[in-house]
Amino acid sequence: MADSATTTVTDLERLAAEAADNVRAANPHGDDGERYTAVNAEKNRSLYASRVKIYPKLVGGTFRRLKWVIMALTLTIYYVTPWLRWDRGAGLPDQAVLLDFPSRRFYFFFLEIWPQEFYYITGLLILASLTLFLVTSLAGRVWCGYTCPQTVWTDLFIHVERFFEGDRSARIRLDRSPWSAGKLARKAAKHLVWILIALATGGAWVFYFADAPTLAVDLARFEAPPIAYISIAIFASTTYLLGGLAREQVCIYMCPWPRIQGAMFDEESLLVSYKEDRGESRGAHKKGASWEGRGDCIDCGQCVAVCPMGIDIRDGMQLECIQCALCIDACDAIMDRVERPRGLIAYDTLRNQERRQAGEPQRLNLLRPRTLVYMAALAIVGLIMLVALINRSTLELSVLHDRNPLFVTLADGSIRNGYELKIVNKEHAERVFRIDVEGLEGAVLSRPALAGEEGSTVVVGVDTLRMARFFVILPAERLDRLRDGEGMLTFVATDLATGQKVERESSFRGPVK
Amino acid sequence: MSDSPKNEIDDVTGVETTGHEWDGIRELDNPMPKWWLYTFYACIIWSFAYWIVMPAWPYLSTEGWTYTKGVIGYDQREVVARELGAVAEGRADEMQQIATLALEDTAADPTLMEVSLAAGKAAFGDNCAPCHGSGAQGSWGFPNLNDDVWLWGGTLGDIHYTLTHGIRWEADDNTRQNVMMAYGRDGVLTRREIADVAEFVLALSGRADDAEAATRGAEIFGEQCVTCHGADGQGNRELGAPNLTDAVWLYGGERASIIESVSNGRSGVMPAWGGRLDAGTINALTLYVHSLGGGE
Repeated sequence: MADSATTTVTDLERLAAEAADNVRAANPHGDDGERYTAVNAEKNRSLYASRVKIYPKLVGGTFRRLKWVIMALTLTIYYVTPWLRWDRGAGLPDQAVLLDFPSRRFYFFFLEIWPQEFYYITGLLILASLTLFLVTSLAGRVWCGYTCPQTVWTDLFIHVERFFEGDRSARIRLDRSPWSAGKLARKAAKHLVWILIALATGGAWVFYFADAPTLAVDLARFEAPPIAYISIAIFASTTYLLGGLAREQVCIYMCPWPRIQGAMFDEESLLVSYKEDRGESRGAHKKGASWEGRGDCIDCGQCVAVCPMGIDIRDGMQLECIQCALCIDACDAIMDRVERPRGLIAYDTLRNQERRQAGEPQRLNLLRPRTLVYMAALAIVGLIMLVALINRSTLELSVLHDRNPLFVTLADGSIRNGYELKIVNKEHAERVFRIDVEGLEGAVLSRPALAGEEGSTVVVGVDTLRMARFFVILPAERLDRLRDGEGMLTFVATDLATGQKVERESSFRGPVK
Repeated sequence: MSDSPKNEIDDVTGVETTGHEWDGIRELDNPMPKWWLYTFYACIIWSFAYWIVMPAWPYLSTEGWTYTKGVIGYDQREVVARELGAVAEGRADEMQQIATLALEDTAADPTLMEVSLAAGKAAFGDNCAPCHGSGAQGSWGFPNLNDDVWLWGGTLGDIHYTLTHGIRWEADDNTRQNVMMAYGRDGVLTRREIADVAEFVLALSGRADDAEAATRGAEIFGEQCVTCHGADGQGNRELGAPNLTDAVWLYGGERASIIESVSNGRSGVMPAWGGRLDAGTINALTLYVHSLGGGE
């Protein structure tokens, strides 16, 4: 115990001293970007030091291309979805995806969710998280690296920055140069485009909550509800702040996911890693020099230069790594140039690293208990959701028995109870129901005078809930049917067109004899 | 706490400590985070602005305690009044129609009927519930409005008239008026005769014990009670005389209560709401009471 305590203090002291050195040097990227410092690597990032800016270099390659495609795809989904139409019949919104809060309905293409069906959303979220767990245990932070909005928008914002300020060294030089008209123009243009993107992001968000074409016109005429403008302002400012300014800080400090997902990796997970067994010992390489007695890593720093998180993948797996795989592209390009095989940095497993070192053949173990459990859970939840969806009832009846008064004695001594019936019609057509009461001998159904509807028929409009008041009278001579002043009865609503029935039990109260 | 000097420098971080020490643990005297400090300053500025703009400080004036009103004159009482006004304005059209249309026509219009029932329910809670109960279930001496027993009639017109003019409400010349005499107190009938009448009244709903007394009671009933309650005891709505044969008793239907009623008379009072509630509200109340289940 004493040993470990000493170690901790020593580590702290060491870290603090190193951080202090680095801050003192304050030139981690060199004057022209010639130094490659992983500013967010544990050894360089003391908690006592301020943030050091990162200048990720543009890299080409398989994963960069993949990321372009995914960025285009996710942004397209985000911007286009609210504009898709879906015909649901008259009187209902024709927007494919609409979160309609005022009328309390969520529409997702063929699916329509009422407030009491919110468990579908819960189910969807469970499916999403299980998928995330499975993917993470198979191939690490795929979500973080490719599809997380923070990653996608940061990538986009960095690209805009690159467009106006140039690539890594140009940006470093620009930041170090004194203010000039040209620098101001570049910076202003960058921020302007960032703000436009941010506004478009916030602007698209609100379309999910109202009819997009109508809202777009209203927004342009400044006639949209204030909440629309407020939402756009909030989302625009957070986009600008998180994607443009905070960037990797969000992933390192704000996001809980990096802390959680450590529990989903194991030694068989495919993670973006540096193959230490092949790379070490690293060192500068001169063209034509021998590769004997050394590793393939030429310590060129390209993996650090392209890293949007400011870390060095060669330090091993670390919390800051979002597994965007850009270092793979960077390293592969260098390996091509020095004519060594690609894949010094690659998707690799810890276990394979050990196997290679032990001289065993590499292999992938995708079906292991952890992934099987996730798959099974995914299948079970998916199945439950599917069954729930297939059996989704489009008709519901609930019965609320009057409590005040519990019952009413009529002139002839018979007892009357009042009920509030709620009939839910989730179909996109008007339906007519006949209400009957069963299970209590002699009970007679009636409605309040001037109810507006004849007999026991109730018309329920398209996709709505209808409330209707009913009375049940039990004649005096049938009061012996009650036990301790209570009897049970069943309300039955029958669709007059289809014959579909729905039942609901309720109680009948009378005086306790 | 130790007596170490205040400006002691921590070895690890190089930061000054506060000079406090607890069990060997010392506290670093790091500056407040800037964002926190600026938020704090902003809050101070905000609170000064708030004192000026909004009602804030109580003070004692010559007229007693009051408070600074604030430059924009914000007042929650006014806000509530304005909101209530907006609600009233929002349904002014409907209430105007409810006030002027015949009750039957209002009932035939689903929208107006919905507004009527809602307005009627609210007005009932405000004005009628103290006597009739929040569910209109009534209590001893106050009729249950859910049942099908009406002293003065249960049509829309009858209910409307009762609401407008009240019962035995002297301030209203057209109030519903009748007298159930105090036969015992005023010495019209002896105790024995009253007991006999009560026996007959019980007999009307098949509950008599003493057939002989009931026969004697029938004779007295024929002399004293038929004018209002009718020969068969079924009452008379024209006169507000209750039906003595049914299962519903306003003042209790057991022997003692009946004797009490005959001896001392009954004269419940209901206020006339005509001058106190507007026409629309009375119409809405009429429809609401009618809808409770007993409406005719």
